[in-house]
Amino acid sequence: MDFGGILVDALRAAVGPVAAAYALSAIGLNLQFGYTGLLNFGHVGFMLAGAYGAAITVEFGGSLWLGIPIGIAAGVLLGLLLGFPTLRLRADYLAIVTISAAEILRLIVRSTWAHPVTRSVFGIRAFADEFFDMNPLDVGASYGWGDFRFSGRQLWVILVSWSVVAIAGFLLYRMIRSPWGRVIRAIREDEYAARSLGKHVFSYKLQSLMLGGGLAGLSGILLAIEQQSVFPDTWQPKITFFLYVIVILGGAGTIIGPIVGAIVFQFLFFFFDRFMTSAQLEGWFGNVLDATGAAQVKLVLVGVGLMTLMAVRPEGIFGHREELLIDER
Amino acid sequence: MRRLRIAQVLAATFVALMLSPAAALAAGEDIHGQLEAIDGQQRVPVPGVTIVVEQDGREIGVAVSDSAGMWVVPVPEAGTYQVRLVVDTLPDGVALTVPGHEVLPDVLVRSSQAKAIRFQLGPGVSSGVGDLDRFLDLVIIGLKLGAIIALCSIGLSLIFGVTGLVNFAHGEMVTLGAVLAYFLHASPLGPEWPLLVAAVPAVLIGAAIGGIQELGLWGPLRRHPTGLIAMLVISIGLSFALRNLILIVFRGEPRPYIDYAVQQKWEFLGISMVPKNIVIILASAAILGVVGLFLQRTKLGTAMRAVADNKDLAESSGINVNAVILTTWIMGSGLAAAGGIFYGVSEQIQFDMGFKMLLLIFAAVVLGGLGTAFGAMVGSFIIGLLVEVSTFWVDNEFKTAIALGVLVVMLLIRPQGLLGSKERIG
Repeated sequence: MDFGGILVDALRAAVGPVAAAYALSAIGLNLQFGYTGLLNFGHVGFMLAGAYGAAITVEFGGSLWLGIPIGIAAGVLLGLLLGFPTLRLRADYLAIVTISAAEILRLIVRSTWAHPVTRSVFGIRAFADEFFDMNPLDVGASYGWGDFRFSGRQLWVILVSWSVVAIAGFLLYRMIRSPWGRVIRAIREDEYAARSLGKHVFSYKLQSLMLGGGLAGLSGILLAIEQQSVFPDTWQPKITFFLYVIVILGGAGTIIGPIVGAIVFQFLFFFFDRFMTSAQLEGWFGNVLDATGAAQVKLVLVGVGLMTLMAVRPEGIFGHREELLIDER
Repeated sequence: MRRLRIAQVLAATFVALMLSPAAALAAGEDIHGQLEAIDGQQRVPVPGVTIVVEQDGREIGVAVSDSAGMWVVPVPEAGTYQVRLVVDTLPDGVALTVPGHEVLPDVLVRSSQAKAIRFQLGPGVSSGVGDLDRFLDLVIIGLKLGAIIALCSIGLSLIFGVTGLVNFAHGEMVTLGAVLAYFLHASPLGPEWPLLVAAVPAVLIGAAIGGIQELGLWGPLRRHPTGLIAMLVISIGLSFALRNLILIVFRGEPRPYIDYAVQQKWEFLGISMVPKNIVIILASAAILGVVGLFLQRTKLGTAMRAVADNKDLAESSGINVNAVILTTWIMGSGLAAAGGIFYGVSEQIQFDMGFKMLLLIFAAVVLGGLGTAFGAMVGSFIIGLLVEVSTFWVDNEFKTAIALGVLVVMLLIRPQGLLGSKERIG
């Protein structure tokens, strides 16, 4: 088994554009889940809204630079629509509505009814030419060391995506330390205490959900730009679960947590994926697992990992256990 | 196994055709075909469908497809014929892939040619029936779906009632029941029992897995104390792990049970219905009735409602709360497994059927009132009927979207649901 090759593949995935998009999306989810205590189980739906918002704008003749704000606005709007009926109620109602809405959005954009707008299962392709035309790097060249290389095209996406992550992380850092941030953390700790101090809890929760939705929308756009296409079935519920693992692994309620979480998660996920695939090829599993089965084991581990983390180490790598119960800072 | 059986039937039909004097006589010309409903990878033979062969408006011959979907009409001479499939004789759930293509107008048969032709059949509601009939059909299908959702949602609602946990892994209990029954009934690796026999251990194992979950996972977590949000995240992790485990074992493609896969319709007072739908509705109603009596009349059932209503008060009045919670998990999971088997009989079995069902269960439970068993039943029937009957006006693809619409509207106007109490909603 070629461990060196597997390691390099996993490292490439860990710094790749998908990891950056997940990190940005996880920052949004962390704002909702880690800082405000909102259970959004349909985060992928916000990413879908963003990606389709941008792609449809371009498809109907708009510029990508108009499409990006429209996509972000779509994510914000979805937050408003889903938050309004649920955020006055117990935490689980938001979870129920978001998990359903995300799956139904996917079914709607892939339906034949929506075909004239969304191109249903055929997807919208090549909508981000304007972004790639701006690439200052040499598209033909490859950058890196040894096997750890990216093409000029990939590197351009990577640089832009991680820059966006850094900006979003910095903005969130400032917001959490602002009076606004103190209120949302107070809501997470004790909603009634915050209310008794005259804070409009519902409105703050809604703002947090919408802001996180906007970040998810932007991350969906990044993911779509990287693939130069938008297909309905990219936005499976499993992405939401990946994001939960990322947020909890890195540490919910910390700034750096989702970013490190995304890198570590992508590294482990691809390392294990390549490892299982090669092990299967070399016949380690006999007839018990075929190639498809071996590739799916990683998904089971994501679920088990999420349960174990939440039960045993809910604070993740960087979090503080107290931060999940009482804020001491 | 299934393919083998079809091959056997095919071979037998072939031999019979070769040997029968009629076939020898007509060794010249015939028109024949095999009716199969094709759904993705799955091909199901469609029996009992009438095929009429005509020439210039004159009826030449009629055939009814046999259990392998085979039909043959001998024709007197070479020439051009019209072949018509009688749409009304299609079983429930099978329809022409392109509605209106029931007549093949120019079937050219050459001298001494056995002409094979194909009708494109797939899953769907058969068209060609009147609006009222179709509406009544949808009502029956809706009642059936409602009955199935009711079986699945009582567990979710009662478990929420006694523990406060919305169990996102409840959908996987539904899938598990269907898949266990498939293993015991249709898998070549299993004992290949008839479905009725296989269903009993499948439900019992499903119930036992619910009990094991409570004893091994949720009970310890509650005593640890773990917060509501952490428990919800754990349940969604469990759902994801179980779903993908089932995917690895069962694979991605949908599969039907062997028994009751395709049935001839019954005609009753002008309404045509598939026997299995009626059986599912009646059997579910019976089970729901027993559950209702259990909750109202027995000591344990009363205790269950008491714990769901006020846990501390129930405990202080001497009810063994942990035993009640364990019973609720066992009962709820068993009912979900039964619901999964019924759903497998009426549709197909797939690794994510429970997850898709979960969205309907949520809508039903919120509509009826989280935490109540009777609310869950009422909500389920309303959602089942709404979802199916809505396809009378809107596209099939929006069924689940309608359930979500109902859910959101209900949360806006009456968040505690039809039968729920106001304190629960926070």
